[in-house]
Amino acid sequence: MRRYVIKRLAQAAGVLWAAYTVSFLVLDYLPGDPVTAMASAGMDSGQIDPQQIAALRHEYGFDKPVLVQYADYLGRAVRGDFGDSVATGRPVTSTLADALPQTLQLTGAALLLAVLLGGGLAVAATYTTRRWLRQFLLSLPPLGVSVPTFWVGLLLVEAFSFRLRWFPAFGNDGLQGLVLPALTLAIPTGAQVAQVLAKSLLTALDQAYVETARAKGAGRWRVHLRHALRNASLPALTVVGLLVGQLVAGSVVVETVFSRDGLGRVTAAAVTAQDIPLVQGVVVFGALIFVTTNLVIDLVYPLLDPRIVVASDRRASFA
Amino acid sequence: MTALPDVRSSRWAALTALVTTGVLLTACGSNTDNSGSGDGPAKSGGTLTFAVGSDAGCVDPQQVGSNDTIYSVRQLVDSLTDQDPKTGKIVPWLAKSWDISSDTTTFTFHLRSGVTFSDGSKLTAQVVKDNFDAVPKLGALGTLAQGYLSGVTSTTVVDPLTVKVTFAQPNAQFLQATSTHSLGIESSASVKRTPQQKCSDGVIGSGPFVLKQYVQNQSITLARRTGYAWGSSRWSKKGEAYLDKLVFKVVPEAGVRAGSLQSGQVDAIGSVGRANEAALKGGQVTLQRRANPGVVFGLGLNNSRPELKDARVRQAILFAIDRQQIADTVFPTGTRAATSVLAHTTPDYTDLSSDLSLDAAKAKSLLDAAGWKAGSDGVRTKDGKKLSLTIDWIPNSATNQPALELIQQQLKAVGVQVTLKQLQITQLAPTLQSGDYDVAWGNITRADPDILRSNFSTRLANFYRVPAGSLDTALSAQAATTDAAKRKQLVGEAQQLIVQNAYYVPVVELQTQLGVSKKVHGLAFDASSRIQLHDTWIG
Repeated sequence: MRRYVIKRLAQAAGVLWAAYTVSFLVLDYLPGDPVTAMASAGMDSGQIDPQQIAALRHEYGFDKPVLVQYADYLGRAVRGDFGDSVATGRPVTSTLADALPQTLQLTGAALLLAVLLGGGLAVAATYTTRRWLRQFLLSLPPLGVSVPTFWVGLLLVEAFSFRLRWFPAFGNDGLQGLVLPALTLAIPTGAQVAQVLAKSLLTALDQAYVETARAKGAGRWRVHLRHALRNASLPALTVVGLLVGQLVAGSVVVETVFSRDGLGRVTAAAVTAQDIPLVQGVVVFGALIFVTTNLVIDLVYPLLDPRIVVASDRRASFA
Repeated sequence: MTALPDVRSSRWAALTALVTTGVLLTACGSNTDNSGSGDGPAKSGGTLTFAVGSDAGCVDPQQVGSNDTIYSVRQLVDSLTDQDPKTGKIVPWLAKSWDISSDTTTFTFHLRSGVTFSDGSKLTAQVVKDNFDAVPKLGALGTLAQGYLSGVTSTTVVDPLTVKVTFAQPNAQFLQATSTHSLGIESSASVKRTPQQKCSDGVIGSGPFVLKQYVQNQSITLARRTGYAWGSSRWSKKGEAYLDKLVFKVVPEAGVRAGSLQSGQVDAIGSVGRANEAALKGGQVTLQRRANPGVVFGLGLNNSRPELKDARVRQAILFAIDRQQIADTVFPTGTRAATSVLAHTTPDYTDLSSDLSLDAAKAKSLLDAAGWKAGSDGVRTKDGKKLSLTIDWIPNSATNQPALELIQQQLKAVGVQVTLKQLQITQLAPTLQSGDYDVAWGNITRADPDILRSNFSTRLANFYRVPAGSLDTALSAQAATTDAAKRKQLVGEAQQLIVQNAYYVPVVELQTQLGVSKKVHGLAFDASSRIQLHDTWIG
């Protein structure tokens, strides 16, 4: 087990390094740099002095060869120092730390809603014996996956904020302000949970152990939830791991539509301003969330299904 | 980067929409009267909530160039002078009077006494000197303020309430520059902070409002300054502002801004584009609009390109464009077709509409005369070479692409082939500098005609590669005169030379458009088409 964890940790570090390197190269390849981006933001007046630009470039180290810049940034990044944002001058780590709670709140609420709504839909669709109802329920997830988040967000705002005036259209204030953005983000996510869970539930219900349970006299509801759902939830769990990454990415759109502060807005702003240190920080942080979630999920499998054992323990399990 | 287009609108909110203000409404024959009369007497108190599209990440007026943030930070500071939006005249504010040397190199300001900053310190000549000495050290975000002060040799304290600013060259534009938010005066303690501290923690000014809270990407909250008694000479209310509180919310989505205003969640919004006008019609909302002063949107020609060296080709382009069609289909309602290289709200603007009318027949005959003969595919050729030009543009406003696509069609009709090339915002400056382009699309906001000198003088950057000549003489002379009538005449001459020689092809004016709830009164544009909220009240 220990060897397994160490191996997984090494893999995670590899993913982080790759994310860092690829984003660095892409940003470097883009035309322009953050200094000119910043200077041209206020260009209304007249002159930007090329000498001044050169001096600023030097100050931020953008005049050094790419490899030197890369080594420089990487060296500091492994020590947890991502430098300062070029656009605001604030340390990247504190910018991210400030934005994180808002995004955790949003993605946490969205994930909860997604699992409840998606899971509920899958269970209902597979439990019902009415064919038309099952068909109807099973057609909802593909719809949920295919409508653009941006559009769903605007529709929800139009209906529940502008017309019914139940919720605010923008801002980070309180639980009320969380409802619409979390729901928007939960729709595509929940739809994916529902698709996977419904499929694996249907497969599970055909299995012999379900027959056995029924033969032993277990009620339909009990068979469905205790026996089939438990086994069917494994693929869904894997999907949830992937969805966490998707939720963080989705927050870019949702936070913009609902004017919420958070990692998504920070990301959007950093990319537009070509704020290299900040984009790098966001990428590595996003990758960190992703690998951590998947690591945790891998470690949870054996708890849900005793038949699953991690690789290094295989010998022992054969004994 | 003189020639760069207006990027005051955020890169994110793209729509640099515009509009005019209460003050100019009469001039525009537009719809609203927000002067405050009619709905009973003006009253104090209340909170104004204003939704803007972006956050510049900075709350220092000296370092902010984006309209969305200027709206709020402008209220924190007072300027030495103010500019009348109707006449363009410079009037007293913190300076009760000033003297300008006859060669316009020395400006002496006599400050008003009794002015205090919100930290309790007094306004003195030393404070003004501290401000002007600090501006050149602001770094990349301070380019606007630095441009106004470029060529400054010294700022000296003559006596506690008299300050003298000296420039190496004649610099008539400096007087107008002292009326801008960029040269708003901050307290000495504030000026001593680093540019980054000023950005994130805010500044201490003497303005009618003080900064209460700044949450990045979220909101900027201001509160009324108690005891304020040194407002600009052109404001209608004396003493403190009417409103208790101003809250600027950052709402990036244009549709959400419009819906929030319509449903009463906010009192006013910025950047209303053509697409959102319909949603705001009727109901309790007024659209306020004013053209931004400065160089209008247009085609910046590279006058050194072989095809464009020939004045007849440049003039043909100028006559082939249907400005009205572009203004009416792409831009917010009320946008005016260009009638000069300067927008009509710029001081010393001259109406040259007769030189800028659509005349496709004339365009064709000019091209014929220049030796460009119509080819079989509709594109003109000369010595086997096609008349084909590339227009470089940047996506800093949602109106750019549709406007250019129309221009492309209009020029095709007279046999000029146009290719559109989108650049990254950061690429435009180096491109103009290198001279490796045919045509560049853009505009610049500035409420002083000296912007023509920054853009077209061959002695400065000269991005458009204009040949040296009588235009230089006019531009330098207008910068060196204190005689208003003479300056107007010289600026008029410069506009004529630019338009008649078609060094630049003016197309449409940029218009700022705000949506304002009908319960808000006295929300007026200033001379630069931004807003001043001292006289604003809710009733």
